[in-house]
Amino acid sequence: MSTASPVPTAASAAKNRETLLRILIPILVVVALVVLWQVLVTATGVPQYILPGPGAVAQSLVKDWGTLAPALWVTTQITMAALGLALIGGVGIAIFLIQSKWIETAFYPIAVILQVTPIVAIAPLILIYAPTTQVALLICAFLVAFFPILSNMVQGLKSVDHNLLNLFDLYGASRWQTLIYLKLPASLPYFMTGLRIGGGLSLIAAVVAEFAAGSAGAGSGLAFRLLEAQYRLNIPRLFAALVLLSALGVVIFGITSFIAWLGLHRWHESSVRREN
Amino acid sequence: MTDLQSLDIPPGSSHKRPLVVMRNVSKSFSSGTLALSDMSLTVEGGEFVSLLGPSGCGKSTALRIIAGLGDTTTGTIDWPASRINVRGLPEGDISFVFQEPTLMPWQTVFGNVYLPLRLRGVSRAHAADAIMTALDTVGLKDFAKAYPRELSGGMKMRVSIARALVTKPKLLLMDEPFAALDEITRQKLNDDVLKLWRDTGITVIFVTHSVFESAYLANRIVVMKARPGRVHADFPLQTSLERGPLYRASEDYRAACEKVSAALLDAMGGEAMEMH
Repeated sequence: MSTASPVPTAASAAKNRETLLRILIPILVVVALVVLWQVLVTATGVPQYILPGPGAVAQSLVKDWGTLAPALWVTTQITMAALGLALIGGVGIAIFLIQSKWIETAFYPIAVILQVTPIVAIAPLILIYAPTTQVALLICAFLVAFFPILSNMVQGLKSVDHNLLNLFDLYGASRWQTLIYLKLPASLPYFMTGLRIGGGLSLIAAVVAEFAAGSAGAGSGLAFRLLEAQYRLNIPRLFAALVLLSALGVVIFGITSFIAWLGLHRWHESSVRREN
Repeated sequence: MTDLQSLDIPPGSSHKRPLVVMRNVSKSFSSGTLALSDMSLTVEGGEFVSLLGPSGCGKSTALRIIAGLGDTTTGTIDWPASRINVRGLPEGDISFVFQEPTLMPWQTVFGNVYLPLRLRGVSRAHAADAIMTALDTVGLKDFAKAYPRELSGGMKMRVSIARALVTKPKLLLMDEPFAALDEITRQKLNDDVLKLWRDTGITVIFVTHSVFESAYLANRIVVMKARPGRVHADFPLQTSLERGPLYRASEDYRAACEKVSAALLDAMGGEAMEMH
């Protein structure tokens, strides 16, 4: 292990340049595509109600911010709350399921049934039973995000090195100690995979559920604003709502990736890069 | 075969009581395989016993049973010189070193060595001295903050040994600990274990399939026979030399290798033997 202080060398300079390029290249590609979009729209003179240029979308984003911002906030809240509940539920139920083979045999199929049933198909039922539309959306998004976290956690909790389990037995570890010091940390990589998948899915589910719910009015999210813009043929606003949804998705992806990096970067390479 | 029962000193004798007594132990697995049949073995405090035998002779199973990892089918394990806990094991008197280092990749070297004490509820601050002493014993004091992935195979094994030593056990059980290491590292670690044995007076039961390793390390050889596993030969290896590089080059060592090799060949019923 080298403990030398970081000295700027040719190698580290090359590494910095590579990092810079890694960030710059994707940005340049996106900028180029936006410019191309604007050029095409201007050159072909396609009407705005069919395809607005990026300029018109940006304009709409500013002009309709008063309508779009609250909707963005509603969608963000539903997505985050669903993800949070899915994390708590997924991890909690995974811990419950691994307690005995019989518990898993009895309850795992129910989780699978919930997962394989298309969420749009259950949405009308949930809408009937839930006290408010927001709660219904939350339940839908939760159901979708919950399963990948559950299945990854079950897999992770069960994939603990048998020798380490033996070691814990040897030192007389309690069930609780084995869970806290061994099973949970060992399943962290699986949890992170579940988190990243669940984060993306909870946003998708929040949007799809809102389409299904057909909610309207002041408390509605971006999906409703999207539909509303379509009915009114306000295509620039539709694009603006779409841009906001993409941005939200990118932010969620960024946050979940960062959390995964925080939790794993110091040790998890071990399972990726093997010696021998 | 030596009469093992004669080593079993009756209680009240002025002689030191044996550390562990295995009486007529049999072990069959759920698959129906009889891994051990009527095995008896008495180990005195301070001995360095090598359990040697062809693969499938049950030497690892015997070691695991002594450690309390898995029950005996018939027969008993007694600890005449130790205080035993509810599970019939001498609390804190035994430690186990597996063939793999079996480290937790998410913990630093310090955290890994801390594990046995942590499971006993010792605080990190109170354990620090014992941990650093154990790490010093294996020459890894400067690597306390490193993660396992930053260490070589030999260093990981040393961490595993430090973890086994941190509870100051009376008996160290080693299950082919150096089998996966290169020859030079293996010899170095053999010398380290010998030094540890001399300095601390710890009792070692060392499972290996290597004639050379057992002849170099042990002052008592127990050769096992396969299908079903049982003790075939049990004899002391005496030398006036201190075990070390000088011994490795001596006539005593050559004679010991020959003796062990002959006993192993006999146990295998004259089958062609693979020398390691």
